[in-house]
Amino acid sequence: MRRMVLLACLLPLAACAGRQSPLAPAALQAEWLHWLLMLMFWVCGIVYALVIALLGASIWRGRHRLAAKPEIEPDDRRLSRGLGVWAGMIVVGLTVLILGSFVVERQLADMRAHEALVVRVTGQQWWWRVQYRDPAGGGWIETANELHLPAGRTARIELGSVDVIHSFWVPNVAGKMDVIPGRANAIDVTPHRLGWFRGQCAEFCGAQHAHMAFDVKVDTPAEFTRWLAAQARPAAPPTGAALVVANGACASCHTLRGTAARGRAGPDLTHVGGRRSVAAGTLPMSRGALQGWIAQPQALKPGTLMPAVALSGAQADAVAAYLESLK
Amino acid sequence: MSRLDDTWADKPGWWGFVTTVDHKRIAARYIVTVVAMLFLAGMLALDMRLQLSVANGTRMGPQLYDESFSLHGSTMLFLVSVPVMEAMGIWLVPLMLGARNLAFPRLSAFSYWLYLGGVLMLWIPHALGITPDLGWFEYPPLSGPGYAPGHRVDIWAQMITFTEVAALAASVNVVATILKMRPPGMTLARMPFFLWAMLIASLMTIFALPAVMLVTSMLIADRLVSTQFFTPAGGGDVLLFQHLFWFFGHPEVYIIFVPAVGFVSAIVEAFSRRPLFGHIAMVLSLLSISVLAFGLWVHHMFAVGLPRLGNDFYTAASMAIALPAGMQIFCWIATIWSGRPRFATPMLWVIGFIATFVIGGLSGIMVASAPLDLQLTDTYFVVAHFHYVLVGGAIFPLFGAFCYWYPKATGRLMSERWGIVAFVLIVGGFNLGFFPMHILGLEGMPRRVYTYGPEMGWDGLNLLATLGSAVSVLGGLVLVANALVSYWRGTPAGPDPWGGPTLEWAAPSPPPPYNFEHTPVVTGIAPLWEHDDLPVMTGLNDEAREVLVTSVVDAVPIYRQHSSGPSVWPLISAVAVSAMFVGSIFTAWAVIWGMLPIAIGLILWFWPVRGRATSGPLRTRAR
Repeated sequence: MRRMVLLACLLPLAACAGRQSPLAPAALQAEWLHWLLMLMFWVCGIVYALVIALLGASIWRGRHRLAAKPEIEPDDRRLSRGLGVWAGMIVVGLTVLILGSFVVERQLADMRAHEALVVRVTGQQWWWRVQYRDPAGGGWIETANELHLPAGRTARIELGSVDVIHSFWVPNVAGKMDVIPGRANAIDVTPHRLGWFRGQCAEFCGAQHAHMAFDVKVDTPAEFTRWLAAQARPAAPPTGAALVVANGACASCHTLRGTAARGRAGPDLTHVGGRRSVAAGTLPMSRGALQGWIAQPQALKPGTLMPAVALSGAQADAVAAYLESLK
Repeated sequence: MSRLDDTWADKPGWWGFVTTVDHKRIAARYIVTVVAMLFLAGMLALDMRLQLSVANGTRMGPQLYDESFSLHGSTMLFLVSVPVMEAMGIWLVPLMLGARNLAFPRLSAFSYWLYLGGVLMLWIPHALGITPDLGWFEYPPLSGPGYAPGHRVDIWAQMITFTEVAALAASVNVVATILKMRPPGMTLARMPFFLWAMLIASLMTIFALPAVMLVTSMLIADRLVSTQFFTPAGGGDVLLFQHLFWFFGHPEVYIIFVPAVGFVSAIVEAFSRRPLFGHIAMVLSLLSISVLAFGLWVHHMFAVGLPRLGNDFYTAASMAIALPAGMQIFCWIATIWSGRPRFATPMLWVIGFIATFVIGGLSGIMVASAPLDLQLTDTYFVVAHFHYVLVGGAIFPLFGAFCYWYPKATGRLMSERWGIVAFVLIVGGFNLGFFPMHILGLEGMPRRVYTYGPEMGWDGLNLLATLGSAVSVLGGLVLVANALVSYWRGTPAGPDPWGGPTLEWAAPSPPPPYNFEHTPVVTGIAPLWEHDDLPVMTGLNDEAREVLVTSVVDAVPIYRQHSSGPSVWPLISAVAVSAMFVGSIFTAWAVIWGMLPIAIGLILWFWPVRGRATSGPLRTRAR
């Protein structure tokens, strides 16, 4: 662990690492991968310096040796020994890197032995359905585009796709894993650093591949339990002009638990106001963002499957205010 | 002399143009088309870079961006990199063998016409607004009938069939020529390294390309006749596509890189004024790369969730490539070290190649590690990696080769001064533009995104990347302008301006239609350095198109072979094949009915002529 920290300090890049970067690990898996990256960086960096030094030396040596008459049978015995030494060095270097790679692979696999919190994440064009097992009953608690994880506990994220291939990637937490229709993939993550991170689809999945992001919050276990309990509660019922959410066009695609809205095509909106972003990372959450998204989804995210719904000015205001209030 | 001219020259005018089977004219066509494609793909790249140079860029919407990267990737891989290596082989192999033409002259004409068909197959629909928009890989189910209606995917898939048939035709031709048409005395042990590289790359092509033709045909079948190869609900598997695609896709990288190794070796040898150090080690390392290349395709699929033990195997196999590749780097540097080097532009390109390509090779070791690849794949780190490998590892040597053999092809020297300007701009701009992409990848920027928000903090490095690319494109224009101006204004080169060791420098510049007046006889690995006056053999008929066929290992003359003359039937057959390919996008019946005109074209192409193989008096003599 100390060595990892030491190596991290030595890499100048680590300074500019952000909340979507393998250079700022927040989970055990990402720590191991970061260690491997540093190992590779230094071994490869030294090799590159060596090659450039040899190349530079041979150019320097050759500057004034130009001769018109080619040498047809040069004596290469010393150079041949050099080639042997060079090949030996490559074999040693590769052995180090391959073993390092195997060790890390082993560590990633071993995390599976721990008891795990199961989270189901389903990719679809172009957002993420997120489901937790309800601790109170046997059902699933559903949310979208936001993943909360308790620190210090391994979570097994079970990945599924309903349409095309996506890839689940939260670089601060772990490497990516493809989300493939017809295959059950899973990835284990053991976060230990609290805070907000960001994940993004990493496999080209169509027009809005660029806007298929999600937020990840690493909570303390107590915070996580509170959050999950809040998510399990139904939505406050809409009133007045906002009733169109539960009875109108919105309900054919979206679910608001506790109301008549039970559509399954789009994200669950039961606690949408509590999320950090709108439309899978397209806009930061605010009443204005919600209103803009409802009015002109195709302008903000061209190609999205969300249609523009014709609402009166009063309805749009009321719907945005209502959705924002759903914490 | 004039009898040889009468025998081998094409008819003048357009009829000569469409019927020619002269390997030099066909290769020139290939190269001119490739340069046009390279320009278009470069413009697309610059356009995409401009879109990405600022956060929330508004230059392009997602559709246009997706079309741009699909077209850029497909053009660069299928219409530039592979064909240009084939073209260099078509042009150089007979010259380096002292031969009069390739083994199958009409097949090389057919190969070009089909390649042109592939170019038109991609770019005419683009002009009509039906551009493929799912990348150069087009994974199902995104490219399946459910998610990609219309004909964009079919156009991409059939473009591949065109170019792969063309590449197979060229490869078969190169392999047969190298194995059966070497001059007397050029045993396998005395074969120049470049010919080894072309031989190995061509054999790899023959083994790798059928996989991609198969997989794109399966995709078309899924879309056209409702087969279920890639539909999980119908018992298919989406990963089958990826396995077959990358079984081709990884060797493809080496099919591009191995000829480049040949260019570099030829240039290093000629300009260091000594035979290549470690010739045998170099040949063995190429052979081992060519074998390993078929056993590591899964490293493109580490993130799909295959068993970990399997991933580890592919990690080790992928990293193992570093051994032969690293030995090659050593051999080139050792050749320069122990030689008497002259740093003309081709040699500068070699230095630029080593300095750039090694970065790509080392980042390749990083992405070869299965666990680490999970952080790096599908990010800009990989974009940086493969541009370093393909541009640094193949395009730089190609430019070096272009500068090296330009005087042979045109009879004139290119300007050294402008050559250095182009070199500095291209290599400097490339590194300025692509090195920051490694960092962008490590800052979490995924590939194939048409935009990103300002909160990601990626805009500064992206702007730098755009500036670097623009400088590089400018350098490319200088290179082309230098070539064009030198074509008319350059200093006459004479047959051997660089003092090269291999046989092509014994032919006049530019070589006449028959290449060599007499077939040379080879006594060593650097024939032109060993003899001031090259020994030759006689006995080939001047009044008929005849080539010499020799034995595979020892190059002992066996017989004289009739070499096919100009014919329009390769063109007509290529048109018939194109009609069948295009038709098969719309109806499966096109495959049946399209066979008829193809059969007619081929029958007339192969209409028998008398007197194929003869063993007559063949003599070796000193001039």
